[in-house]
Amino acid sequence: MAVADSHDTHDDHHDLYDHGEFIAHHFDSAEQQFDSGKLGIWLFLVTEVLFFSGLFVAYTLYRTNHPEVFEQAHVFLNKYLGGLNTIVLLFSSLTMALGVRAAQLGRNKNCSVYILITMVCATMFLGVKAVEYSHKWDMGILVRSAFNLTYTHPTPTTEIGKALHISDYLVYLCIVPALLLAGFLAASVISKLINKAMLAKFMVAMAITVSGYFLGVVVGVIFMSATDAETGSSHASVIAEQPLMLMASTQDEHDEGDHDEGDHDKAAADPNHEGDHADHEEHFGSHPADGGEASFDAHHPDPSTLSRDVGIFFSIYYCMTGLHAIHIIGGIIALAWLYWRSLLGHWRTDYFGPVDYVGLYWHLVDLIWIYLFPLLYLID
Amino acid sequence: MVDASTRQKLFGTPETNFLNCSKGWKSWAFTLDHKRIGIMYLIGVTVALFLAGVFALVLRSHLFTFDSTMLSDDMYNQMFTLHGAVMVFSFIIPSIPAALGNIVLPMMLGAKDVAFPRMNLASFYLWIIGTGCLLLAILSGKGLDTGWTFYTPYSIDTNTGVIYATFGAFILGFSSIFTGLNFLVTVNTMRSKDQGWFKLPLFVWSLYATAIIQVLATPVLGITLLMLIAEKTLHIGIFDPKYGGDPVLFQHFFWFYSHPAVYIMILPAMGVISELISVYSQKRIFGYSFIAFSSVAIALLGFLVWGHHMFTSGQSLVVTLIFSAITFTVAIPSAVKVFNWLATLYKGSILLNTPMCYALSFIFLFGIGGLTGLFLGALSTDIHLHDTYFVVAHFHFVMVGGTLTALLGGVFHWWPKIWGRMYNDFLGRVGCFLVFSGFNLTFFPQFVMGSRGMPRRYASYDPEFQIFHQLSTVGAFVLGIGILLSFVVLVYAALRGPRCSSNPFRAASLEWQSSSPPDFHNFLQTPVLTDPYDFESQVYDEELDTYIPREFANPDKVAPRKEPVHH
Repeated sequence: MAVADSHDTHDDHHDLYDHGEFIAHHFDSAEQQFDSGKLGIWLFLVTEVLFFSGLFVAYTLYRTNHPEVFEQAHVFLNKYLGGLNTIVLLFSSLTMALGVRAAQLGRNKNCSVYILITMVCATMFLGVKAVEYSHKWDMGILVRSAFNLTYTHPTPTTEIGKALHISDYLVYLCIVPALLLAGFLAASVISKLINKAMLAKFMVAMAITVSGYFLGVVVGVIFMSATDAETGSSHASVIAEQPLMLMASTQDEHDEGDHDEGDHDKAAADPNHEGDHADHEEHFGSHPADGGEASFDAHHPDPSTLSRDVGIFFSIYYCMTGLHAIHIIGGIIALAWLYWRSLLGHWRTDYFGPVDYVGLYWHLVDLIWIYLFPLLYLID
Repeated sequence: MVDASTRQKLFGTPETNFLNCSKGWKSWAFTLDHKRIGIMYLIGVTVALFLAGVFALVLRSHLFTFDSTMLSDDMYNQMFTLHGAVMVFSFIIPSIPAALGNIVLPMMLGAKDVAFPRMNLASFYLWIIGTGCLLLAILSGKGLDTGWTFYTPYSIDTNTGVIYATFGAFILGFSSIFTGLNFLVTVNTMRSKDQGWFKLPLFVWSLYATAIIQVLATPVLGITLLMLIAEKTLHIGIFDPKYGGDPVLFQHFFWFYSHPAVYIMILPAMGVISELISVYSQKRIFGYSFIAFSSVAIALLGFLVWGHHMFTSGQSLVVTLIFSAITFTVAIPSAVKVFNWLATLYKGSILLNTPMCYALSFIFLFGIGGLTGLFLGALSTDIHLHDTYFVVAHFHFVMVGGTLTALLGGVFHWWPKIWGRMYNDFLGRVGCFLVFSGFNLTFFPQFVMGSRGMPRRYASYDPEFQIFHQLSTVGAFVLGIGILLSFVVLVYAALRGPRCSSNPFRAASLEWQSSSPPDFHNFLQTPVLTDPYDFESQVYDEELDTYIPREFANPDKVAPRKEPVHH
């Protein structure tokens, strides 16, 4: 009987890794540690799937109950940009898989390169997404309560916006990445000056990663203008003369912040609002069917022909893609950590668990997009 | 065989143990040791229990007379909401798994720690942050008046601190997921060599089943609460009927988590009771595999019954009938457990000490709580009983009579192991008696007035119900005193109680093979794998005044094994 054996080092500092490199003290072997981590990450992925499931259920219910809303709404999504992002993410999954392979073989340098490419793809995805979001915000395509479709694009007011002819919102969405880029570049120069070569290399890689965002923005803007004519995302104000501040939307628009009681009274007094609760099929304008088939343009539908619940589609769209984007950002942070450890040369043929786990997470994030893309962009 | 000095070293009172191996607040705040994290959790849930308990006593005091003006109606609404929210999210859900489970589970597996110690600590800090957010609803002066269920559309319209509270519940959900995920992996990969699934104590099975629910159900609550926050701030129109949303969808989402969460609360309690009944009857648990699989069955069936919370919310009749039928099936695995416990008691050599008194209370109270659930699961009676005090009494019999009783029993059972000191058994039993009688006095009258139509959540009531409310209020204070007494007994025992041996109760699961208190690494030797319900495997050692595994005993003094009793 092995008495009092595994007890030579009474480490009170609770350092996880006190016996053997990278094997936590409470594990008997590297294999046990790897199996635990692997099971742990799979269970985590299960929770992630269930986390998204609420939104998928909401999507399914509203699509079943209001199919016309989804048919009317999807034309505002640019499927070319969505397709571009799908390709970018699929490619990032490939590089991630190659990174995992490299780590398994203990090739740290290769691993770091693959991880860097994966990170650039991730930020590029976000850049394209920023173009999509800002474009919709410009047109008043917002969540249900704030939905107020106008085809008029507000003139940019920011200097950069004016100079580049891009939306103010896009400029705002670029502020944080620009600050990050400047910060990482500065950090890399400082690291170089104080002779921390490894840190400098890491900071340069982070700067490259953030540049991917701007690459995404540029590609996104080019794609957007190239596919203008085909989608409902035209810059031209097709129906600018139309009275666009429609009854329902005026009632809704000041609800964004808080919803006071007086508002209900006003709504109740308004005959057009009465159907709001009972019948969601009702249309925006005072003459619902007025738009007619004759003047109907599949890609530039007249706002008065739209169901008032088109905004719910975009509520779901923003929730799903927003939550997905948060997961992408989380993934980038995890990948940055892996990149740093690759620089330190941590991966060995018997220790590569973290790359494997983050890889699985990354594939899941990719997979969720693979579901989101057809469900949101490719209706009809 | 081992000599006397080795026995002394392994099972005697240790000089260094997990409590004194390092000192200073940092050694606790940043500890990765599952036992210390468990103790911190125990302190945390005790604070939550007292806080929510005070809310409950304020409520009961208000209800002492039918025309009471002690609280304004608004304050009354806030009180019962906070009582419910803090009790459910901050106390009951983490109580047994995160506090007792954390301390005991790895030791039952003969492991040094849970699989992910850092995640375990993170779980505890998330619990603190989440509870803080929940309490921010009060501290911000806004209060919370939605009931703990946050039903839409009221929760969207009210100006109280719904966002703080739901964000708090969201964070607490992650805390719960971390614990559950950790336990699942720990049980799968950290078991002792040759410790098969059917050599695990039933507490481990119940924690495993609980963890399955935590991992599968809690994320759905997370996204639901996020959607509610989005609805409240941006009016996305998913739940809010003003914008074409569906408020009943929120109820579906909410109960898809919160009904399984009921089993997060009760399953670990059942696991504790399985241990206590067997140890204090000194008899092999009856129907081991039935109890084990009934835990898993309850966990899985628990996912299919959420609709019984919405019998009167306008579900279709077909759906309602199906949910009602599945609800009844949950009674089967629950009854399997109760009958197996009773069969274990039969002809056992029963020791009526404090933990056993709690275990017997549990069987009685859980029996009533479970059986009254059938009245609510039946459609015709539910029409009459829904949203009355009958419902309140039913779930308190399960949650308090079940979970709180089992928690106290479990804490008393493992207290000597944790601190190496014994509690005062007489005062412990007095506390148990007060808890049991106070509890019944509080909630039994509620069945009566509920069945006579007293609706829940009302600040005032008809004079005819006053006598029941007064009994109930008196009972609540007796219950409060009982819990307070138990608390004092436990704290005194931990600090000043007489030293106790490594295994004073002749329990056979692996955690009793460590010293009391255990070493930082849990075991000084690789524990001898024994059947957790084969009490003959433990023999008395005179020198140390404790029970030790037969393999370690002095062969000259060991009584021969009794023939195992066959059923």
